[in-house]
Amino acid sequence: MKNIQTSSLALLALTFFSACSNDDNPAVYIPVNEEEVITTVTTTLTNGSDVVTLTSRDLDGDGPDAPVVTVSGPLKKNTVYTGAVTFLNELATPTDNITAEIEEESDEHQIFYQAPATFGSFAYTDTDVNGKPLGLNFTFTTGTDNVSGDLIITLIHEPNKNGAGVSDGDITNAAGSTDAQVIYPIIIAD
Amino acid sequence: MLIPQREWVIRLFIFEQKMQQKKVFLYCVLFYCGVGFAQFRVNGRVTTDKDIPLAGSHIHIGPKTVSSDDTGNYLAPDIPAGKARIYVSYLGYKSIDTLVVINDDLNFDFKLKENITSLNEVGVVRTNNTHNASMREQRIRQETIEKYSSQTLGDALKEVPGISSLKTGSTVVKPIINGLYGSRVAVISNNVKLEDQQWGTEHAPNFDVNAAGKITVIKGASGLQYGGDAVGGLVILEPLASVRDTLFGKSIATLSSNGRGGSISSSLHKGNQYGWSWNALGTFKYMGDRQAPDYVLSNTGNREANFTGDVKFARKTYDASIFYSFYNAEIGILGASHTGNVTDLYNSINNHVPAVVNDFTYTIGNPKQQVNHQLVKAALTRYWDDTGSLTFQYAYQFNKRREFDVRRGDYSNLAALDLELLTHTGQTDYKRKSQNWAFKAGISGSYQHNFANPDTKVRPLIPTHEKFDTGLYGIFNFDFSDSFIVESGIRYDFSKIDAIKFYQKSRWAERGYDTEFSRFIFGEQSSQWLTKPSFTFHNLSASVGFRKQFHHDWDWYANASLASRNPNPSELFSDGLHHATGIIELGELRLNQEKAFKLSTTVQKKWNLFSIDINPYLNLIQDYMFLQPVGFETTIRGAFPVWEYRQTNARLAGLDLHSRLQLSPRWTHDFTAAFVAGRDLSENEDLIDMPPTNLVNKIQYARKDWHALVLELKSEWVCRQNQYPMNNFETNIIVDGLQVPVVVDISTPPPAYHLLHFYSEVKVKVVGKTSAVIAFSVQNILNTSYRDYLNRQRFFADESGRNFQIQLKINY
Repeated sequence: MKNIQTSSLALLALTFFSACSNDDNPAVYIPVNEEEVITTVTTTLTNGSDVVTLTSRDLDGDGPDAPVVTVSGPLKKNTVYTGAVTFLNELATPTDNITAEIEEESDEHQIFYQAPATFGSFAYTDTDVNGKPLGLNFTFTTGTDNVSGDLIITLIHEPNKNGAGVSDGDITNAAGSTDAQVIYPIIIAD
Repeated sequence: MLIPQREWVIRLFIFEQKMQQKKVFLYCVLFYCGVGFAQFRVNGRVTTDKDIPLAGSHIHIGPKTVSSDDTGNYLAPDIPAGKARIYVSYLGYKSIDTLVVINDDLNFDFKLKENITSLNEVGVVRTNNTHNASMREQRIRQETIEKYSSQTLGDALKEVPGISSLKTGSTVVKPIINGLYGSRVAVISNNVKLEDQQWGTEHAPNFDVNAAGKITVIKGASGLQYGGDAVGGLVILEPLASVRDTLFGKSIATLSSNGRGGSISSSLHKGNQYGWSWNALGTFKYMGDRQAPDYVLSNTGNREANFTGDVKFARKTYDASIFYSFYNAEIGILGASHTGNVTDLYNSINNHVPAVVNDFTYTIGNPKQQVNHQLVKAALTRYWDDTGSLTFQYAYQFNKRREFDVRRGDYSNLAALDLELLTHTGQTDYKRKSQNWAFKAGISGSYQHNFANPDTKVRPLIPTHEKFDTGLYGIFNFDFSDSFIVESGIRYDFSKIDAIKFYQKSRWAERGYDTEFSRFIFGEQSSQWLTKPSFTFHNLSASVGFRKQFHHDWDWYANASLASRNPNPSELFSDGLHHATGIIELGELRLNQEKAFKLSTTVQKKWNLFSIDINPYLNLIQDYMFLQPVGFETTIRGAFPVWEYRQTNARLAGLDLHSRLQLSPRWTHDFTAAFVAGRDLSENEDLIDMPPTNLVNKIQYARKDWHALVLELKSEWVCRQNQYPMNNFETNIIVDGLQVPVVVDISTPPPAYHLLHFYSEVKVKVVGKTSAVIAFSVQNILNTSYRDYLNRQRFFADESGRNFQIQLKINY
């Protein structure tokens, strides 16, 4: 009696063992499609026919390779540029346009522009569903001096848009979590 | 020697141990034998007041200590003539303490009454029925477990000196035994090792604390029958079951002010020595956001719905049982603890107030954990005339863990981590004992499959893998005399792990795996390698120790153990950003086993009114695996520190202490202290996450005649951890458009803190055998704001503040 129970138990166990081997599930051989990752942040600054494109591209996500940053050329001083920023996931096939997702959830995102005061000033030209700034579109009015340094663009998820100064583009009280932060070395000259 | 009289005068000192009540049921039956020698023998039987034998009860007669066998019989030979104190004890029963004059061979039968009062928190267990005779095991009794009905297993375990907890918020609580946790601490539920992704620092044991009838802790690897890899120790959970022919039930309802919720747990138990018996238990918990003294801890609610049940059929020669348990929990993780990059982390640390504070709510948003664990166990035991037994056991476990993170849009409803862990275990254990020796041996095999669901759209923390384990052990226990017991054991384990993992080619190259592990590459998908890493391990573990009783009041335990632990999946395969710590964590395929050699000794002394228990230990760990900062990597979110798993030689040395002073029949003072120092011997620096020294003082007033009133005031002093590695790093934050370097202080431990807690209870009879206990307690009476070094959320928020709790326990 006991032997029968034991052997049937062993049989049962064996059935389980063989029924769930790694190789039976094809899903494990497909790499995870990382749809949310932001790999590429592109900023275009336009003044008439003068278009400056700034790109930061990190094709291995959290991997060891650092983002590759390219800036197409210098900016002119005393100039009002119309700015637009786009976010892409080039790991997904086809390439995922994350900008559209940000627009859809405009109240949960805000983009911040930071540079030394001598570089000029930034102003939001778009709003979210609640009439608060979003920041996919903006203007950049360059300053009066020849300067060079970093322009830092930060995408914050779930910011506190009611925080002091946040609607004016001050990141200090924005809280939330950083989804992307890119640093473009720019030159402002004649 | 002449016997002057035929009637013996027995003076009974019924030592009012605590709120001991009216009369102790003591029947002493005396048989007169007639012949006198200078040394005599005393024998008899220890049973409950309903005549059920109490096997393994403890009988001290003068200088001797013996235990009763399975039929409750005991025999103490060679007792010198004269006055002798007899002390009979059994955990959960009222002890008997009496003085007798020994002038002849005597027979005493003792009937112990069940101790239904709620004292004597951490009991002492010895020799028989212990998991290792040479280790001083520590148990938490049911009355104490019940106090934690609405909390977690980890909280209840802190009752044992030397056990602290690694927490994530207030509901994810992992036990730390003598400075070690995670894969180094095995949790054994009803003789099955819980396989619930225990490697994760943010994964609490998937176990309903209400389902534990008894909790035993072994601080070390000496419980070889459960495995050889418990470098830290073992937590052994046994369900409540009765051998008496009764049907009884129990309900515990708890309401808490902090979290504005509570729990209810009900159970029914049908006991039987032979024939059918069964147990069933269900628990529900529902809590909203916890409150720190100064703000709401947003998104810290939790829910639990658990069931445990078993059916057993027993005959004198065999028993068979089936056990099932289901644990299901949803746990909110503090909203503010999700950071996107190092600047967010820096701001959280320096602002001292969580970034997200909303109004109180019961709603649980992201981040959160949804876990459920199912365990089915079937066991069959054959007994031979009380001296031997053979058990076959099969256990099936299925653990599903889903973790939700702060994500964009519809991804919020998609788990960011989705793991399904399936474990089958089969084992056979053989036990045989005779008058002065006992032998245990067994063989076990298990198959495990972990499925990391790729539908999460996030590369999984640990990959899909399967694992085979098989083990073989033998433990021998010899009583050289009644006061000297030696136990030794040895175990061999074989383990094989096969994983399927996609590595980014850039990571594979950065790790330097190209040449060494090219054999694991199986295919390629654009920028990733498909790899099939496979490892096998052979481990030997052993334990040897003794217990010596110098006198009936002195006990000395000493144990040396050797344990080997294989690297766990996160140590081998981790690969990515950890949002709660702002750190990129990397596994290492080159890791080999860590081997621990632990020396532990306990000296225990009991006087009438005072008892003390001192346990120093030394744990030397070769190839200790730990996370170490190694540099930085820049991603599109910014620069992150990189920590990788490395190995070093470590030394943990410490001391646990417990004392109890009976100030008067009604006043008791308890003191526990624990100290541990962890050192990385290769780098000559301190180990991270070592519990700081803590001191607990508890004073209790108990009055049996006032509805069994108990009043308790507890003071908990946790020192600042001054021994920690310096892992601070520099990062740039942006001030006025310029990048300014700052130091992110992730190393400095928070200051020391002191908490006061209050507990009170009264017992009332309702009708018939139904009685109720009403308890009122306050945790953190002074509403102290503090942070704990071992809380993963200490960078983000304070611990919970004051909590008023009302508990109603009904036994029927």
